Amino acid sequence: MEYLIGIQGQDFVLVAADNIAANSIIQMKQDQDKMFKLSDKILLLCVGEAGDTVQFAEYIQKNIQLYKMRNGYELSPKAAANFTRKNLADYLRSRTPYHVNLLLAGFDETDGPGLYYMDHLSALAKAPFAAHGYGAYLTLSILDRYYRPDLTRDEAVDLLKKCIEELNKRFILNLPSFTVRLIDTEGIHDLEKLMPVGAKLLAPAPSS
Amino acid sequence: MALQDVSGFQDTPMSHMWNSPASLSGPMGDTTPLLDMADERILGWGRFKSSERDGGVPLRFFIPPPQSSVPFRCDNRHTSLSSLSTSSSPPTRRPFPLSHGTTTLAFVFQGGVIAAADTRASCSGLVACPSAQKILPIHSHLLVTTSGSGADCMLWERILAREIRLYQLRHGRRLSITGSAKLLSHMLHPFKGTDVCVAATLCGWDVEEVRVEEFKGKRVDRMGSGRDDSISPAKRDRCGPKLFYVCSDGTRLQGELFSVGSGSPYAYGVLDGEVRWSLNEEEAISLAREAVYRATHRDAYSGNCVDLFHITAQGYCRRDREDLREEYHRERERVLKRGKEESEEDKK
Repeated sequence: MEYLIGIQGQDFVLVAADNIAANSIIQMKQDQDKMFKLSDKILLLCVGEAGDTVQFAEYIQKNIQLYKMRNGYELSPKAAANFTRKNLADYLRSRTPYHVNLLLAGFDETDGPGLYYMDHLSALAKAPFAAHGYGAYLTLSILDRYYRPDLTRDEAVDLLKKCIEELNKRFILNLPSFTVRLIDTEGIHDLEKLMPVGAKLLAPAPSS
Repeated sequence: MALQDVSGFQDTPMSHMWNSPASLSGPMGDTTPLLDMADERILGWGRFKSSERDGGVPLRFFIPPPQSSVPFRCDNRHTSLSSLSTSSSPPTRRPFPLSHGTTTLAFVFQGGVIAAADTRASCSGLVACPSAQKILPIHSHLLVTTSGSGADCMLWERILAREIRLYQLRHGRRLSITGSAKLLSHMLHPFKGTDVCVAATLCGWDVEEVRVEEFKGKRVDRMGSGRDDSISPAKRDRCGPKLFYVCSDGTRLQGELFSVGSGSPYAYGVLDGEVRWSLNEEEAISLAREAVYRATHRDAYSGNCVDLFHITAQGYCRRDREDLREEYHRERERVLKRGKEESEEDKK
């Protein structure tokens, strides 16, 4: 139902997530933001079971901020990803595991851009591009075909648009809009929301 | 409840036993071998321990061991605990099906928030109560519309009201609607995966902080409506009408239009086409009434009467309960009249 995608370039990471919050067959909200800002240069994209997503993501978010308060410097994306994975793994064999799928995207001054793929079984992999959800089945082959490590920002956005058009064409669910963000050495930038042509949006998108 | 907490009143040991499962294995004479496993299972609900912050006041609920509530399921007692408690396991089969039949809706418009709900409480195919109240006021500027299991909603609404009142007593200002929604969501989280079923919409109006400045020697109440120009733009976003959907599965969403319950798809059908920010009060109320009416017409588990509430900066006001039978008759007359007019025009 939900869709996350991330593409890493030479000096940036581009991420996008759909905006639908659904409850069985009803779309309850069309402008849900599924990205959580962990620090100035790290974003956590989180989908999965209804309450688990927000609970887990906020838990990680607050802990990362606490680390910064205690130690005076921020965790690197790699450290944050491993911390998140460890928490997922700790809860995995408890009575109440978190059923969430994550993408962690960040920019490190020394290591450069990084995209980390995590799933609900707490697997962790650093990948040049990744996607979550049923939409991933349709779009991973497009990413495989057109991805190059030296993509420019515009080319990456075009590749993202290709993926979203494919979803619009072949995916049975209506995903009318996607939040898009880009992380580079200057921080997190909000890009224009992508709305595939022909997809039905309930109300005009907020202009703020 | 709130007064008990603030004054530090401790429950008597007798009632304490009923509240804390940990003390079950104490002087309760008939400790069968069953109880040891039960203890382990109860204490094994590790997340409940985190709710001990209230010190004696019951957020620890006594949960009976699964055996006693499942007479129809021959579960091997030695199966692993995880298979009984995670949300992915099949629910315990009950001798009767639980149904969550209702239609509640709420939306935001320029004149505030409208909340509407039907009044039928159903229980497995029969109407348990035709005049239940599903919209409960918590304080002058916050209502909660409830859906799901009636008992759970009643209890959690009371707990929420208590916690909000405690916050107000401790901090001297009212908790915001956003904060109230987050509080309810976090209180419900430990019960995820159990049979607790609460789907509530919190409808309210955030007023600018009411600070009681007693230390200055005089009481100063600063209260502004949502559109006061003296408030900074950042605070202006925080003031005004708010609508949150909070569910026991952990969902917490802010929005401008929500409908919850078995009749909600029918209500959405009416509301999605018509709700606009620029509605006036009369239009909004009649729209809400019509949405509930259409839902009760189609949904078997909704019906009887409709409750309508309207929240503004001054607080909530409640309209009289209206029987939807009247609405049905009025609509029939309208259809008949239209039919007559059209046939007269055809004759001409």
